[in-house]
Amino acid sequence: MSALDLARLQFASTSIYHFLFVPITIGLAFLVAVLHTLWFRSGHADHRRLTRFFGTLLLINVAVGVVTGLVQEFQFGMNWSAYSRFVGDVFGAPLAMEGLAAFFLESTFIGLWVFGWRVLPPRVHLLSAWLVALGAAGSAAFIMAANSWMQHPVGYTVDPSTGRPRLSDIGAVMTNPVFLWGYLHVLLAAAVTGTTVMLAVSAWYLRRGRDVELFTRSAKLSLAVLLPAILLTLGVGSHLGVIEATYQPMKISAAEAQWTDCGPCSFSAFQVGGGNDDQDPTKIIEIPHLLSLLATGTWNGSVQGLNELNAQYQEEFGPGSYVPNVFVQYWSMRVMAYLGSLAALLALWGVWVWWRGRLPTARVFLWVATWAAVAPLVMNTAGWMLTENGRQPWIVQGLMRTADGVSPSVSTTEIVLSLVVFYGVFLLLGAVNVFLMLRFARRGLELEPDEPEHAGDDGQPRVPVLTF
Amino acid sequence: MTLPTVWFLVVAFLWTGFFVLEGFDFGVGMLHKVVGRTDTEQRVAINTIGPFWDGNEVWLVVGGAAIFAAFPSWYATWFSALYLAVVLLLVALMARGVSFEFRGRMDDARWRHTWSWCLTVGSALCPLLLGVALGNLLAGLPVDADEEFTGTVADVVTGYGLLVGVTMLALCVLHGATFLVLRTTGDVRLRSHRVATLAVWPTALLLVAFAVWTPAQSDAPAVRSIAPPVAALVAVLVAALLLRAHRDGWSFGATAVGIGLTVVSIFTNLYPSVLVSTTDPAYTLTVTGTASGQYALQVMTVVAAFLVPIVLVYQGWSYVVFRRRVTGPPPPDPAVPEPGPPAPLDEGALT
Repeated sequence: MSALDLARLQFASTSIYHFLFVPITIGLAFLVAVLHTLWFRSGHADHRRLTRFFGTLLLINVAVGVVTGLVQEFQFGMNWSAYSRFVGDVFGAPLAMEGLAAFFLESTFIGLWVFGWRVLPPRVHLLSAWLVALGAAGSAAFIMAANSWMQHPVGYTVDPSTGRPRLSDIGAVMTNPVFLWGYLHVLLAAAVTGTTVMLAVSAWYLRRGRDVELFTRSAKLSLAVLLPAILLTLGVGSHLGVIEATYQPMKISAAEAQWTDCGPCSFSAFQVGGGNDDQDPTKIIEIPHLLSLLATGTWNGSVQGLNELNAQYQEEFGPGSYVPNVFVQYWSMRVMAYLGSLAALLALWGVWVWWRGRLPTARVFLWVATWAAVAPLVMNTAGWMLTENGRQPWIVQGLMRTADGVSPSVSTTEIVLSLVVFYGVFLLLGAVNVFLMLRFARRGLELEPDEPEHAGDDGQPRVPVLTF
Repeated sequence: MTLPTVWFLVVAFLWTGFFVLEGFDFGVGMLHKVVGRTDTEQRVAINTIGPFWDGNEVWLVVGGAAIFAAFPSWYATWFSALYLAVVLLLVALMARGVSFEFRGRMDDARWRHTWSWCLTVGSALCPLLLGVALGNLLAGLPVDADEEFTGTVADVVTGYGLLVGVTMLALCVLHGATFLVLRTTGDVRLRSHRVATLAVWPTALLLVAFAVWTPAQSDAPAVRSIAPPVAALVAVLVAALLLRAHRDGWSFGATAVGIGLTVVSIFTNLYPSVLVSTTDPAYTLTVTGTASGQYALQVMTVVAAFLVPIVLVYQGWSYVVFRRRVTGPPPPDPAVPEPGPPAPLDEGALT
């Protein structure tokens, strides 16, 4: 493997790993804020116990999410110095704004929320929970704006003396259609992830008949959010596909392994073979017109084939192959879409069981729902592989190739070393995280003592308990 | 003043703020096993920074992102040159960051022991490595005409860089100790006071070396080269006197000024360069040479002018909310009505 491949492997694996925790954090942060609001309005001890229980699951996740995010922050400079130098003028601005506008908010108010029990006035404590959620979602907005610029660069002019892009219109960067739809897609996916986790934990308890009333509540809350969220995720994702087909036609054509122009185009449920050396795979169960719909939003829309697109790109950018890894594109798209559809079915099933009043006793559903928590993690990963692999060979679409962005001064040995170190640390953190979450989730609600409800209720001083 | 200079000041402000705030978090991390003999005492020490450390760490994230956005080549050259050091720094930051959350989650001596050590070692490595990284900006690295690092790992280890690293480490210990004195009661507070009075002299000695060596690294006028490190030294000496007088709040203030001025010294000596090239002075990265375009800097100036004051207000407010000393669990007898009995030497605290 070359230094370039290793640097790509490191960036891909650390980002994928980071993004296992990000959507859980964003999703759970909003759900915990909702639970906190329910408690604030009802004053019911059960709501308070649920808030604290899911709040703790959130915190264990945030810890790993935050520290893995630190790697991302520095990795641009470490492994992609040529890229950083080239794009910093445009790409750096949203990253700096992310810290100032969102990460500060999330990190400060998470401290206030965690240590604020019995210290903060109830209203302020509730507000802290919402500001954490807002900060988490806000962080994702700026990161997505930066990433979307790599997919579809806008709002810049090329400096004639350096040949580097210079920011010329921040409004265009923040209203990039790829960003707007991509961000919405990510937010909805986070809602799906957070609710699936909450549903899984609730289902686990219901199967064991522990705290049935409470966990029926949280199961209903998660289903009530999951159903609209997953349907919207599918819809928004489909529209995002149309937008990407406009700006990055390679990405979508590769996702269907469509080597030649077509119109109307069919969609294959599966294929055998395929990949960059095999342009004639055996397609199984072809659904007519579906690719036209997905890529163009019209019934008979035509889609350009990879060969034709490659010829166009060669004319524009010079010789070479501009086709991304078709195998990865084809299957990541299907893994994402099929699992998403299964998640929608699960949500419908859950709502039906709920409507029949059998939620606490529907054993098969509860069993499936417990294990379904894995699905959004796989979906999210597949979604990112579709998006990032589909941009290749570009690091910034049309402006810079990935091969030109890597740090020339960092040796293969150094990257191997860092890769081993990061893998080791990440595996350890992941193992501890899963161990702690499962252990905590199983111990359940008896850990939540009946403390005084609000600060000052019992005349005690407003001193936080030892939390850490 | 030109916008690139403004952004150099913003970067210096963010890194200074980071060390003033996260500096005591690192110190508490290193000292929690020293000042806490029992598990409860160690938890008291850790909980003094519990609500703050996460928000404080964001100063580093924003400090790094501000360099990326305002001086892309500085960011690119600096972090790729210090590749393995940054890997180690990240491991230290990660080990420390999860320790806070993980340590208290299981009531098991070996478990807590393990995460306590992660916290201690991580908290020591961070200021050491960041100090080396900052020192190297001034000491210089082999950088070619294309702004690329051409050296090996050995070139990253500079004498001046190591001095800055060790000085930052000592300052963090001292700063953490004065913070603990301010935020705890009883035995933990007494032990913290002892650590602070012990740490203050080696720190002052390191700052003497720092105040001599730093101006020698640059040709900046005396007001920028000599005055700041000398002022940092004076602040630490004042802290020694205040510690002796048991003025808790003031001695913490003095160590904050000391660590802050040490970071300021690096930046005042560095300007107008941002990363010195030892290969050829002509290749030295400068404020004007690496700055982003006028429009990008204008946009970020507007955003920062709007958001930084808001951040300062809510972060400052969080310190007001948790201004009380951390005492640990209340005594089992609920008949004791006095909440958090004030320690005998409390006059300077919580002002």
